[in-house]
Order: sequence, then C-alpha cells, then structure tokens
Amino acid sequence: MSVATQELVSTTRRPKGPPGIAKALTGISGLDELTSGGLPRGRPTLICGGAGCGKTVLGLEVLVRGATQYGEPGAIFTFEERGDELAANVASFGFDLPGLVAQKKLVVDHVLIDRSEIEETGDYNLDGLFIRLGHAIDAIGAKRVLLDTIEVLFAGFANKEILRSELRRLFRWLKDKGVTALITGERGESTLTRHGIEEYVSDCVILLDLRVQDQISTRRLRVVKYRGTRHGTDEYPFLIGDHGISVLPLSSLLLGHQASTERISSGNSELDRMLGGGYYRGSSIMVSGGSGTGKTSVAACLACTSSRDERAIYFSFEESPAQLIRNMSSIGLNLAGLVKKKRLRIISTRPSGFGLETHLFTIYQAIEEFKPSVVVLDPITDFAPIGNKNEIRAMMTRLVDHLKTKGITALLTSSHGPGAVDGHSSEADAGISSLIDTWIVLQSFEVAGERNRAISVRKSRGTAHSNQIREFVISSRGLSLISTYRDAAGFVVGSAREAQQRHDAGNGGSAINNGPKKPSASPGSP
Amino acid sequence: MTVAAKAFRATKPEVEPEYVLRLFVSGLTSRSQRAIANLKVICERHLAGRYRIEVVDLHQSPGLARDEQIIATPTLLRVQPLPQRRVIGDLSQPDKVLHGLDIQ
Repeated sequence: MSVATQELVSTTRRPKGPPGIAKALTGISGLDELTSGGLPRGRPTLICGGAGCGKTVLGLEVLVRGATQYGEPGAIFTFEERGDELAANVASFGFDLPGLVAQKKLVVDHVLIDRSEIEETGDYNLDGLFIRLGHAIDAIGAKRVLLDTIEVLFAGFANKEILRSELRRLFRWLKDKGVTALITGERGESTLTRHGIEEYVSDCVILLDLRVQDQISTRRLRVVKYRGTRHGTDEYPFLIGDHGISVLPLSSLLLGHQASTERISSGNSELDRMLGGGYYRGSSIMVSGGSGTGKTSVAACLACTSSRDERAIYFSFEESPAQLIRNMSSIGLNLAGLVKKKRLRIISTRPSGFGLETHLFTIYQAIEEFKPSVVVLDPITDFAPIGNKNEIRAMMTRLVDHLKTKGITALLTSSHGPGAVDGHSSEADAGISSLIDTWIVLQSFEVAGERNRAISVRKSRGTAHSNQIREFVISSRGLSLISTYRDAAGFVVGSAREAQQRHDAGNGGSAINNGPKKPSASPGSP
Repeated sequence: MTVAAKAFRATKPEVEPEYVLRLFVSGLTSRSQRAIANLKVICERHLAGRYRIEVVDLHQSPGLARDEQIIATPTLLRVQPLPQRRVIGDLSQPDKVLHGLDIQ
C-alpha cells in the first residue's frame, strides 16, 4: 500500500516552475511591454521567420542592448555571415560591434560550415562547437548568447541523427550554463523552422513575418509561445528604423492615462467659450467637415496658439510646409515665425509614400524628438487608400492612446466627401469617433447663391459645451464665430444675416443671439 | 591524356611531401582513443615513414577550436601537403579517410 502511494506521488509530481519567471529586458521598445518584461532569463528563445524578416537584427539588438544598457555581455555566433559583414550590416542602426568587441562586452565568432562535402568517417559529436561556445562565453562572462542561424548545421552534416541529438544536448547545455540564448531559424513549409528546431526550444518562440500588401510591406511580430507568462498573442507590427527595431503594441491593455482638468485655448475665444473654456489638455479632438469648411484653419489656430508658449507639431498630409505657412498667413496666423523659433514643426508627408506602420513610427519618432504638447494630424482621412478601415482604426487607436499616455493634446482632422454635408460620414473618419473626446463638426451651407460655413460641437466629454450651430467666418483677421441670427424660417447666415441685421437695426430690434423672430425681408446677397 | 597521366604518376614518388596530420579531439574519451588508434593503423599501412601525427585536445587549448574552425570532434586536419583537407568522425572507415584526405 505504501509502495502504491509512493508511486502515485512520484507519477503525479510535476516539475514545478518558479513562481515568477525571471526575465531579461530586451531594450527593444514595445517588445518588453508585450512580453511583460522581456525574454525568459537563462533560457533559450527561438526567433523564426522567413528570409529577410529581421531575425538577425532582432537577435543582435537584444545582444547589443544587453551589453550596452543592462551590463550583460553577449556572445554572438554567426553561422551565415562573417563577423565583419555582420558588423557592417548593423552599423547603420548605430550598433558598434567592433567597439563592443574591443571593450570585451561582446564576442563574435563566425562558425564556418564548409558546405563542400566533409567526409564523415564514423562516429562523432559536436564537442568542437560546444568548446567554442563555452570558451567564448567564459572569456567575457557572457549572459546572452545569439546563435544565428544554427540550422545551417543541417547543410554541413550528413548524419541527421547525430545532429538532432547534439542539438538537443546543446540547448540543454545552454540552459545549464544559465545564459539567455536566442536562436534564429528559417521558417519551414508547415513548421515554424525548416528543421523543426522548435522541438528543442520550448520556452519562448517569437515569429517574425514580412508581408506585402498593396505594394506596401509590413513587418509583423507574434509571440507564439511563452511558457509561464502572460503575453500579447496578437500580431504586432514592427519596424526596423534608424535605431533598430520598434514593436508597436496595438494599444495598451488598460485605459490608465491621467485626465487633466487643465484647459488650453483653441486659439479662438469664441470657440473656447463654446467648449466651456477650451480643450482639455491631453484630450483628443477631431475636427471633421467637407472640403473647404475650414478644418485646417481650426487646426492651425490651435497649433499657432499653443506653440507661442509650448511646442507643437503639425503633420500635414496634403500641404507642404511652405504652402501651409502661406495659406495660414492669409488668415493672420504667423506660422513661419513660430517655425523659426523652433516652437512649431511642420512635417509634410504623403500618406501613400509608406505603410501605416512607417507613418506611425515617423510620428512617434518626431514626438520623441521634439517633445510637443500639441500634435495636429491633418487630415487622417488621407490614410484611407493605404489601409483598410480596421487597420486605420487600429493605427489611430494606438496613436491616440500613445498621445494620451504622454499627455499630449491631439487634434485630428477628418475630411468628408462633398455629399456628406452634415458630418455624418463615419466611413471617412475611420470609425474612430469613439476614441475622440471632443468632436467639432464644420459644415458649409449653400443658401441664396452663397456658401457659408457653420461650426458646432458634436460632443465634448466632460465639458458643458454649447449645443448651438454657429456661423463661422474665415477672414484675413482669422476665425470668427458669429452669434446665431434667426429669422422666422430658422437661422440666417452670410449676407442674408447681414441684411437681417441691418433690417433689425433699422426697426430698432436687437441684433443679438436668438433675437426676436421677424418675417424675413432679406433679399439675399447683392 | 594518358601520357600526361603517366607523367604525373611517374613524378609523384619523388615529390611526395611529408604528411602532417593534426587530430582534434575533446578529452581522452573512448571515441578519441579509437580515432587515434584508427589513424595510426591507416598511416602505417599507407604512409609509412612519411607522416607525423599531432593530437590536440581542445579542452586543453579551446581557442584552437575557433582558430581552426572546428565544430565536430574528432576532426582530422591534413596540414601538409597544402591545400588543407579535413575529415570528421572516429576514422573507423579507412576508405573514407583516404578519400577525404586525398591519399593514394
């Protein structure tokens, strides 16, 4: 009986994992967030993907950042590229491999696999490789190891049986050594790696992918497996930029940003009054309207006002900086002066030039550099041709989220087709109105042979905002919002309003907001 | 063609260089000892008086693994004559060893 109990105990006992898995920060922006703290420390991680998807760069960046930021020396074993080739390839990211090697923070060993038939004359093992790895690791006390791409061994050795058992031994040996190892592998037809390396590396598997859609390529990263840790399972776009890899988490899981009660001026006192005192700092504002309704003017007003004391970036997707400066100077906004004082930065890019992720990345980078308190994107609807609605929505969610987290006030403009006069077109605004705190709708009316503009606040979270539709005049003095002027038929605008005002003044009536209703005698514009 | 081949064969014995064979092993395991024994037999049979064997234990000089690009052990390197050639394994298949080292 006691024997039986013992057996039962021994068969049901499972190897217990540590309560919390120790992790090694990669230093790659975004990756540490989605893996909740980096790669499993002291364990191997497999990075797999097709040719040219960035496996080597990812591996190298983890090693370089480990050596430079976290004081963890690294050993790089390259099976494909020579050490100097590798150094040249990553020099453009600012990774100084020779320098780090000289400082004994890194060691690079090019393991040459002679593809010409090496005669196999009997039993052998890969002790030579083990000794090399051990020697290099011990020489600098390496904590991180990169094997890029170990599957090349399969081309160099005929006896696959020996190779497989040696690889199994290798990964166990790496674990025993306690090094955080990264192993890259070429993606196979139906398996994660061509030779099934994933069978031996079971702690963490990251899959990279390069996809081309509509002539625009996007790199994506997915954590396929991460034993014992909560991780994001989605595919995350990533970019290989000037400073290495950036993974862009779709959105932070929590809505944890601070909500400021501070107000900032929209640049127009009338509009501020409509909003109950201006925009909230750090809120997101959308200005939507058809073409020619004055979206850019409203946006530039904010950029101009806030860059007097703070800094602003204006991302223009339709106009060049010079064009924007000229156009806005015609309504009395001096953007050129602010640009010269380095208070305002105007960045013009053509949306179709790059993929959504590249745009997002460019925006992130500019924000990181310039540290603005206000960001304008004019207009976001120009992204429609380069992504489907969901992708654009995802991008905008990430962007709005990012800006909110940083406490940056964001103003996005959204353009409707000429048909959508009432600002209802939800296709065009990329379905992001739910992300928006304040939504200003611009309209244009055609009445009695003239086109007039109107402005209203469709929603403004947390503010006692006006419900009125106000006439909105753009002149050389800037924007002005004119009090609603009504006649019997409704509210009158433009020259009809002016005539009504004159008429009312002549009759001794008041020309104020919601003045007495009188039969319309206005003949329209002369 | 046949003349050239004959001429080649005729001149060969006079310019036969000394064979320097370097055997890389990892510790004195049974596999290593087997390889050393096999190599001696092969050399005595085919290269008697014309060879020198050097045995390198990589555990004693691990840097050589990198310098000589050793991955598998045992690895036998033909240092002389040039060009260098190499075979791997415990040398238990003499035909393959001779072929791999290009020894007639």
